Amino acid sequence: MSAPVVLFYAFAALAIISALGMVLNVRNTVASALSLVVTMVSLAGIYVLMEAHIVAAFQIMVYGGAIVVLFLFVVMLLNLRHDEFPPARQRALKLAGAGLALLVLVELLRVLSVDVPEAPPLPEGFGGYAQLGIALYTDYVLLVEVAGLLLLAAIVGALILAKRRID
Amino acid sequence: MPVEVVIKALFILAVVVGAFAPIITWVERKQSAVMQDRIGANRADVAGITLLGLLHPLADVIKLLTKEDVVPDGANRVMHLIAPVIAAVPAVVAFAVIPFGGIYVFGNTTLSLVVADPDWGLLYIFAIGSIATYGTIMAGWSSNNNWSMLGGLRASAQMISYEVTMGLSVVGVFMVFQTLKLTDMAVAQDQTFRLLGFLPLLFGMQLPVWLDWIRLPAWGLFYQPLGFVMFLTAIMAENKRPPFDMPEGESEIIAGYHLEYSGMRFGLFFMSEFIEVVVIAGLITAIFLGGWAIPYLSQETIIGAITPVFGLGFATGLCLLLHVLTFFLKVIVMIWFQMALRWSLPRFRYDQVMDLCWKVMLPLSIVNIFVTGLVLLVIQEAGR
Repeated sequence: MSAPVVLFYAFAALAIISALGMVLNVRNTVASALSLVVTMVSLAGIYVLMEAHIVAAFQIMVYGGAIVVLFLFVVMLLNLRHDEFPPARQRALKLAGAGLALLVLVELLRVLSVDVPEAPPLPEGFGGYAQLGIALYTDYVLLVEVAGLLLLAAIVGALILAKRRID
Repeated sequence: MPVEVVIKALFILAVVVGAFAPIITWVERKQSAVMQDRIGANRADVAGITLLGLLHPLADVIKLLTKEDVVPDGANRVMHLIAPVIAAVPAVVAFAVIPFGGIYVFGNTTLSLVVADPDWGLLYIFAIGSIATYGTIMAGWSSNNNWSMLGGLRASAQMISYEVTMGLSVVGVFMVFQTLKLTDMAVAQDQTFRLLGFLPLLFGMQLPVWLDWIRLPAWGLFYQPLGFVMFLTAIMAENKRPPFDMPEGESEIIAGYHLEYSGMRFGLFFMSEFIEVVVIAGLITAIFLGGWAIPYLSQETIIGAITPVFGLGFATGLCLLLHVLTFFLKVIVMIWFQMALRWSLPRFRYDQVMDLCWKVMLPLSIVNIFVTGLVLLVIQEAGR
């Protein structure tokens, strides 16, 4: 096996193990969130193997860094305990989770059964910030602006919530 | 190729971790002593030789290594043990993408003095920096101590806030140099620009020839003065040293996140802070102070001037040496600057730290991006 293949399996195994660690670690929320960080970072490793360097950098900066830090911040402030979720809602959550997992499994089996065609050679500068920027601001400019609007809505919502506290 | 990379990595490790970090612990003591009219560290000696107190770092290391490594009762043992490692590793590996010299051609081999040179060099540093936050948070949470917990909370809030500003404040630099690659940035700064070059551009007038001689080095500092100030502030806040030492807050929360650490595990937090001082100095040098470039003497000028006398190989080698020395001289200046700031400014209050980030620096950095884009657009249009 060549080095990228070995690295791929290593990162994939790490991602799966830490994802399981996140889901099964119900008693310790902080450890669960930290497992999520490991999952994010190993996914970033897989992105690097796929030559998507900028996506990998943002995966670590945004998901691995900022977002999970916020999770941890909230978890540490609230100090949630296991018994604070009402049992009825928990059963519904479990059912929904099982349904989603089943959907993912079906989709996975479908994808795995299809023969993967040989990948075409990568274009020049693939995965670089220049290519990413050009794609974002030409082909996907509508999606970028919609995402911007979504963030604006979130900011306005946060402001209103904070203002109610002050008034 | 891998051998070359290993040698460069070992060189950087030896210089930054082996030489700079221990010596600046001494510098910090001596400089604070001078600023407070004391004598400072001068007692550690080997057979009566004190070397101006330079043996103190050695005494520190021996003391830290021989102390008991305590894990408090009720602490999360695994997390408590690995948190210092997670805090220290990013500080060391961040130097991988900072070029400490230019690109030199010896015959048919090319030598680039940087350990790793990805196209997204600066993003690598931001990504590594965002992982460093976890060391602090884990240390604070796993110690099972309220003061540590408060320190960890403060650290997480402070670090993610300043990460935003830190990223936005260098966007102007990306726009000016048209790259994220630190080696390309340093090469672009090995030039000069006409200080009054905007006059003919704006008013179409001809400048007298002597005004063309008023030139500045093409450093990020001169293109992006506001970006420089904001980036320096934000990255110093990321390092959590005074005046931004809220997570430690000796007078309020004792020692914050590393309160429950002893021995070399405390030493790792301590060392990573000092290594980060060197990394910050190196990063600021590479982005804003021209990196290895000697002002007004570009690489071609130096090699061109020496080649007729000593030959091309010697000239290139000498140029390499001069560039590496220039880089570390600039790094030393930036380290001194950080130390001087640490001992001259009073600490912020926590709300002031947050106000500075969200209400002053974030809007200013967005304005900076907008103005930079406008100026670049005007230059592009006028150049047509």
